[in-house]
Amino acid sequence: MTLTKKPETRPAPNSWGLVGGENPWEYAPAPEATDHVRIEPEYGLFIGNEFGPAKPRKTFTVINPATEEPLAKVAHASKADVNRAVAAAREAHRSSWGRLSGTERAKYLYRIARILQERSREFAVVESMNSGKPIKESRDVDVPLAAAHFFYYAGWADKLEYAFPHRTPRSLGVAAQVIPWNFPLLMLAWKIAPALAAGNTVVLKPASTTPLTAYLFADVVRQADLPPGAVNIITGPGEIGMELVRHPDVNKVAFTGSTAVGKMIARAIAGTDKKVTLELGGKAANIVMDDAPLDQAIEGIINGIYFNQGEVCCAGSRLFVQESVYEPLIDKLKNRLATLRVGDPLDKNTDVGAINSAGQLAKVQELVESGIAEGAEIFQPDCELPTRGYFFRPTLFTGVSQSHRIAQEEIFGPVLSVLTFRTPEEAIEKANNTPYGLSAGVWTEKGSRIFKMVNAMRAGVVWANTFNRFDPTSPFGGYKESGYGREGGVHGLGAYLDLSDGAGR
Amino acid sequence: MARARTATKARRPSVLDQRAAQPLATTNGRGSRGDRIGVRKTYKLYIGGAFPRTESGRAYEVFGARGELLANACRGTRKDIRDAVRAARKAQAGWAAKTAYNRSQILYRIAELMEGRRDQFVAEVMAAEGVGRARATRLVDASIDRWVWYAGWADKYPQLIGTVNPVAGSYFNFSVPEPTGVVGIIAPEASSLLGLVSRLAPVVVSGNAAVVIASESRPLPAVTLTEVLATSDVPGGVVNLITGLRRELASHLAGHMDVNALDAFGASADDRVTLEDLAVENVKRFVRPPAAGLDRYDWLADAAQSPYLIGEFVEIKTVWHPIGA
Repeated sequence: MTLTKKPETRPAPNSWGLVGGENPWEYAPAPEATDHVRIEPEYGLFIGNEFGPAKPRKTFTVINPATEEPLAKVAHASKADVNRAVAAAREAHRSSWGRLSGTERAKYLYRIARILQERSREFAVVESMNSGKPIKESRDVDVPLAAAHFFYYAGWADKLEYAFPHRTPRSLGVAAQVIPWNFPLLMLAWKIAPALAAGNTVVLKPASTTPLTAYLFADVVRQADLPPGAVNIITGPGEIGMELVRHPDVNKVAFTGSTAVGKMIARAIAGTDKKVTLELGGKAANIVMDDAPLDQAIEGIINGIYFNQGEVCCAGSRLFVQESVYEPLIDKLKNRLATLRVGDPLDKNTDVGAINSAGQLAKVQELVESGIAEGAEIFQPDCELPTRGYFFRPTLFTGVSQSHRIAQEEIFGPVLSVLTFRTPEEAIEKANNTPYGLSAGVWTEKGSRIFKMVNAMRAGVVWANTFNRFDPTSPFGGYKESGYGREGGVHGLGAYLDLSDGAGR
Repeated sequence: MARARTATKARRPSVLDQRAAQPLATTNGRGSRGDRIGVRKTYKLYIGGAFPRTESGRAYEVFGARGELLANACRGTRKDIRDAVRAARKAQAGWAAKTAYNRSQILYRIAELMEGRRDQFVAEVMAAEGVGRARATRLVDASIDRWVWYAGWADKYPQLIGTVNPVAGSYFNFSVPEPTGVVGIIAPEASSLLGLVSRLAPVVVSGNAAVVIASESRPLPAVTLTEVLATSDVPGGVVNLITGLRRELASHLAGHMDVNALDAFGASADDRVTLEDLAVENVKRFVRPPAAGLDRYDWLADAAQSPYLIGEFVEIKTVWHPIGA
């Protein structure tokens, strides 16, 4: 990319006072092996526990965003395939999965969790190859958390009646689930685990750029010997996702993705009785107060925005720094940024991998250009990028004002906008001044101040003195235009149950 | 000129003309004794704790169940809706910041003051809904008891809906409910008082502020309820009530960008899709009308009150903090 203005850079970290010609921070390449992973040349739709081609037969190619090389061909579902998948799910709800006792469902879910753990290396490698995320994240975060979700919800399957006092929980039926490309396997787990635990059957559509771990998961479903039709996976472009959520025989819709698409989905199902959860975009404020532990905060800021290349709906993309600590914090932040290792997602030392697609890279570039054009100061580390693949330097903007696009719009890339404030009230006002409300962060050593800020944030998840932590027991979801409903915990379970008796409807 | 035309137009005979001769079921303007001329009440909107007329200056006639004219009600406008939303937004944070104990006492106070006006509510419900005294009394009593019931939930529902989450790491993690913000309510059309109270109480108990579109054909008990609210320590703006024609009002409330949730439980099945579609624009939380319709809905049933209803209008906030030295 050619920037209209050369960014401020900071060279390799040995310039911060470390003497000697050798860069002590240099790492030898440490690529994860891929020889134990088998990616099929072509994946068919997974309907009724069988892989088969789309009808009519049509495929599209999935690539590795770090190399731009093709990985596999994947079935391009038609409307007829959507019908087949929903019919298979309906039949399983009627005749097999929907009739199982909670105890039996639980054991199936525990099986899935165990198989995911057994095959964790394979899942991590394929996830990194297909999504561009660093192997240390897919290995240490995505895959273990996915297994943990199945383990957690397995335990709910036979305890539903204890979860909701004065209610008789019933499964809803067929759940249509559409998930994004930033955490392909983890989002699958967030969707499928509670749905199955509650006794529903599932038709899931992964993002068109990242279907491979979903099809790998389909193989897990077969290994676990689930009744055919309990889990169905279909692939295709966004229109196929819309066909799926619109299908009249679907009872529950769960979507994670952009606010714009979330609104399209909500409109498409207006007037129906489908139960809905939407987990949409975000523009999280990460607030550093003057008494914050700065070194800890630096790690939280870095993790908040550069984790998964910033392709995280809850990313801490707006940093609010109290003016009195602005100078030292920014200096530390720039130093820390210069140590981030950008490159091969399969290298175990990589901190920032590849952007998921050419289209997303172009969007990030366009918004970064707008930041420069609107007068913000750009900083990027002076690191080398691979010659192929969709890479982008971790980027930091200072001198950002509230009205800048980079302070308003979700970038979904490794780009941090830094703003300042003088009083906690000003921070609250600015932090909440967005249509989004998914997450927020607060850094301060004073307990009462933590709770003041936590209470004031109009956001569904607030991390205090930490950021970007996830757990199956911990409800996740947004306020305002970041969506509604929660995933995780008992709240995420309720989203997949009919709890209507006695509720007055 | 205009006056001349009006004068020549045949005027529809109004029951108002015969009011002195024909005692009305409502207390409004009824002579208390003999031939004394009663003092009638002007039914107004309730916005920001005040009782303005609609900014449009328009009115519409409200008839009783037997076709008698009961009163003129304000025919509110989009501007009235916007004023009400602004008042609600202004009041909401302060209401939510009150302790749950305080909100609980204020809701209980509403019940206390309704109890004092019990006869008036009974008469108004009889007039509006065409029910007999015994039935109206049951409906009013249930409305009062419903406030008492929800008053008790203010400091309890968070313990039912909130959780402490045992995450797999060294973090203290909990989830608490918070009010969604400004909630629009399409009040049920038929159940003039109990229906309204049943939808309003679970919205405000958690700290939301409400903008209510009253029943179009039976708005008078709702207006009287606002007079109770105004004297019950409910801060001005926490509840706002607009009377008028639904087709002129509901879409503006559903589409308002500073309304966080819409309770369309009282909306007709015909209006539902339009309202739900408008609500999407700012991702409002949307509570649908019951699938079976409201015609046979039993507002007196236990099922018409539920802490899960409070849950429809709260957000769950999850908080993480590391545990360390």
